[in-house]
Amino acid sequence: MAAPFPFSAIVGQDEMKLALMIAAVDPGVGGVLVFGDRGTGKSTTVRALAALLPKMRAVTGCRYGCDPDAADDRCDECRERGRQGELGSRTLPVPVVDLPLGATEDRVVGALDLELALTQGEKAFEPGLLARAHRGFLYIDEVNLLEDHLVDLLLDVAASGENVVEREGLSVRHPARFVLIGSGNPEEGELRPQLLDRFGLSVEVRTPEELATRIEVIRRRDEYERGPAAFVEKWKRRDGRLRTKIRKAREHIHDVAVSDAMLEQAARLCIALGTDGLRGELTLVRAARAVAALEGADEVTEKQLREVAAPALRHRLRRNPLDDSGSGVRVERALEEVLGT
Amino acid sequence: MSAAWSDALRAACLFALDPAGFGGVNVRAHAGPVRDEWLRVLRSLLPEGRPFRRVPVHVTEARLLGGLDLAATLGQGRPVAERGLLAEADGGVLLLTSAERTERSTIAHVTAALDTGRVVLERDGIASRQAARVGIVALDEGLDEDEQPAAALRDRLAFHLDLRAIGYRETREVPAGCTPGRVDAARRALPDVVADERYAEALCGAALALGVDSLRASLLALRAARALAALAGRDAVTDEDAAGAARLVLASRATRLPQTETEEEERPEDRPEDREPDSPPEERQEEGIPDGPLPDQVLEAARAALPAALLDALLAAGGALRSGTAGKAGAVQTSRLRGRPTGARPGELRDGARLNVIETLRAAAPWQPVRRAETQRGRGAVHRSARSARVEVRKSDFRITRFRQRTETTSIFVVDASGSAAMHRLAEAKGAVELLLADCYVRRDRVALIAFRGPGAELLLPPTRSLVRAKRGLAQLPGGGGTPLAAAIDSSLTLAHAARRRGETPLVVFLTDGRANVGRDGVGGRTRAREDALQAARSLRVAGFSTLVIDTSPRARPDARELAETMAARYLPLPQADAATLSRAVRQEGELAAGTGHAAA
Repeated sequence: MAAPFPFSAIVGQDEMKLALMIAAVDPGVGGVLVFGDRGTGKSTTVRALAALLPKMRAVTGCRYGCDPDAADDRCDECRERGRQGELGSRTLPVPVVDLPLGATEDRVVGALDLELALTQGEKAFEPGLLARAHRGFLYIDEVNLLEDHLVDLLLDVAASGENVVEREGLSVRHPARFVLIGSGNPEEGELRPQLLDRFGLSVEVRTPEELATRIEVIRRRDEYERGPAAFVEKWKRRDGRLRTKIRKAREHIHDVAVSDAMLEQAARLCIALGTDGLRGELTLVRAARAVAALEGADEVTEKQLREVAAPALRHRLRRNPLDDSGSGVRVERALEEVLGT
Repeated sequence: MSAAWSDALRAACLFALDPAGFGGVNVRAHAGPVRDEWLRVLRSLLPEGRPFRRVPVHVTEARLLGGLDLAATLGQGRPVAERGLLAEADGGVLLLTSAERTERSTIAHVTAALDTGRVVLERDGIASRQAARVGIVALDEGLDEDEQPAAALRDRLAFHLDLRAIGYRETREVPAGCTPGRVDAARRALPDVVADERYAEALCGAALALGVDSLRASLLALRAARALAALAGRDAVTDEDAAGAARLVLASRATRLPQTETEEEERPEDRPEDREPDSPPEERQEEGIPDGPLPDQVLEAARAALPAALLDALLAAGGALRSGTAGKAGAVQTSRLRGRPTGARPGELRDGARLNVIETLRAAAPWQPVRRAETQRGRGAVHRSARSARVEVRKSDFRITRFRQRTETTSIFVVDASGSAAMHRLAEAKGAVELLLADCYVRRDRVALIAFRGPGAELLLPPTRSLVRAKRGLAQLPGGGGTPLAAAIDSSLTLAHAARRRGETPLVVFLTDGRANVGRDGVGGRTRAREDALQAARSLRVAGFSTLVIDTSPRARPDARELAETMAARYLPLPQADAATLSRAVRQEGELAAGTGHAAA
């Protein structure tokens, strides 16, 4: 498999790129949903993200990639070993795991190791996709076509941050914190509200309509397909710059201040839009803070709130059957109302 | 030789050059000698030994993706993976039969393979990645524009052919250059063919002018231009190649007529010619390519190849088809619900779940050595021989059969848009439709909307479960005019039959005061109109669909009640129907309809 298309070479689609960068800076924002037209590079962009992420440190020999610095969020094995002494660590690429639509439950949550069971008659746990995605990203293309029972399972784990498997008398629990990224086309069907709500940010992608942009997309794509290695090399420095930006933002994010005035603005915005629950408000502030960190700012201002309002809130609006305007437009309107133009 | 056949073979040549690169071909044709001939030519053009696999309509996920080969696994005592059709077809062609009826989940697996060139297997305790660089031939036997393979698939296939108008006699000719030798040579030359940047620009421009939104189309067209150059033995793309690519890839995807300065004059000439069945419009473009600057040439070439039917539709729609109109945004291929089992999933035996014995044994089989060892340890060696013959099945092995939800209902709203109250009623119906759709994900229901007024009935919203499409479809709310009730009942009948064919349970909901005054022929006259309407109502009753008549007249009159009785419909006077009441009533009726439909099945 050739190297993925470089993230920085993706033309336009700024909202989608920003949302993914935010998730990379602050995984706590809670997942990104990318919905939109066919052929707009949704999955290309998500797959490109993997190459952009700074490496992470993980406990040596841990199958779940436990964080050596997070003592209270470890798998049983690491906890046990941690008690006995210092844990070694190594650097690993941040996982971006594909959840293919045909996956069966046992492969998602993990099950007994079939090979060991057959050849040696031994019972051993073989981690599944959720374990592989720990501390990284779990990507589901065509998320609206995912089987209901898998959706339920994902919601469960995403909510608790822990995966519990009971099978063949084997009882395993391990941490499974991941950023859920879903993409799909709304014409294929709506997403179940419960799942919709799990995503922190929701991005709408449209096919670019300007000829110049379209030509640029085709040109780069064509160049990539005719010589992937050379193309990736050409964009390497730009990707590198983005990587540095993410790394710095991660270090800097804890120093970004959010004033009471900004918190109030966020709350007023959510009230104006009638979003359900506090999750919208929380996501709005967190995402704005991540953007500020990316920009190297010390404080969240209205500028950042404006930038993330649409992706943070558009999927939380109460449905109004008689309002035809898109949810993005409604967020815009509320922004004007609350923050002024 | 007809242009359509020559185009079809040219597409076959290009596809055979690089099956995975072009994604595939959508072949709209009835089963028959023409299609067989096209397939024969295609196979002859593919390099020898390349796989050519057929995917049946109801292929199981396990067969398509692969999984655990149980026999080999048990025989060899170690897990053995079985390759699925996608991996088996690596480097070759996968033939989707009756692609218009293929399940959406199957399509999703195919498109994933097209996008990534591989199959990611995470099934039955096996995790593997297998190469699956395939090209797809989608055999599309859809009867009308509503019945098409899923848009997600068609978007990825470079060529969309329509062989229906081609006579068998025409297929005896094969255009020059369409030989395995030439295709082989072109395949080798392809990587070195260069394309000037202006061709990418021209093809993007043409796609935009034709209303082809997806960027994949432009990219595929650029590839086609290169391949055409390679086929002609050139090492650089020429104007002719770009024009040919636009014709083969872009024309069939057009959703609007390009706005050119000459359009005004061309229109009247184009139409009669395009409608002539014996002389396809493409013929006059056979000789060469149009003159003029490159972008115009490319666009004109595509325009000349616009299918006649599409051209008519475009002209009728004033030059642009709304995306979202049936057949263009693509019949959303939802699951075909026939109460068919669709595989098994782990689960507990309760709530009337049905145990899938084979799958349960399959799940249990690999674990037998472990379990036996365990049991023996537990019981001592005393019963060893007696126990070993027994299959040990545990609770975690239980697999229950998943069925397609047989209760899927298609609610067809037939709304009286005549007279003064029209706008009001339509708005209510619209509200109800959206309320029903709002929880459609859970209920898996679909909704359609027919409005009738003036001379006839119009399908405003084809059956859908997508709010996005519904909103687009509902954007237009015509109102006023006569009451052509008969025509409305007729079109609801057609729609209901189509829904039943798909295995859904149709529910027809009329919102009317029942006072027909336009007959079937579109002529006014109360008596005649009434007779026609009652006759249509009787045929609805004979068909046995669940029907609900909601009387919207401010004061109760006998008309609507009589209509309901003739249809054997439930009658519901609702002079002040608001969206919420309406959707509640329909939901109740829908549950009833699904219940009876289920019992009858």
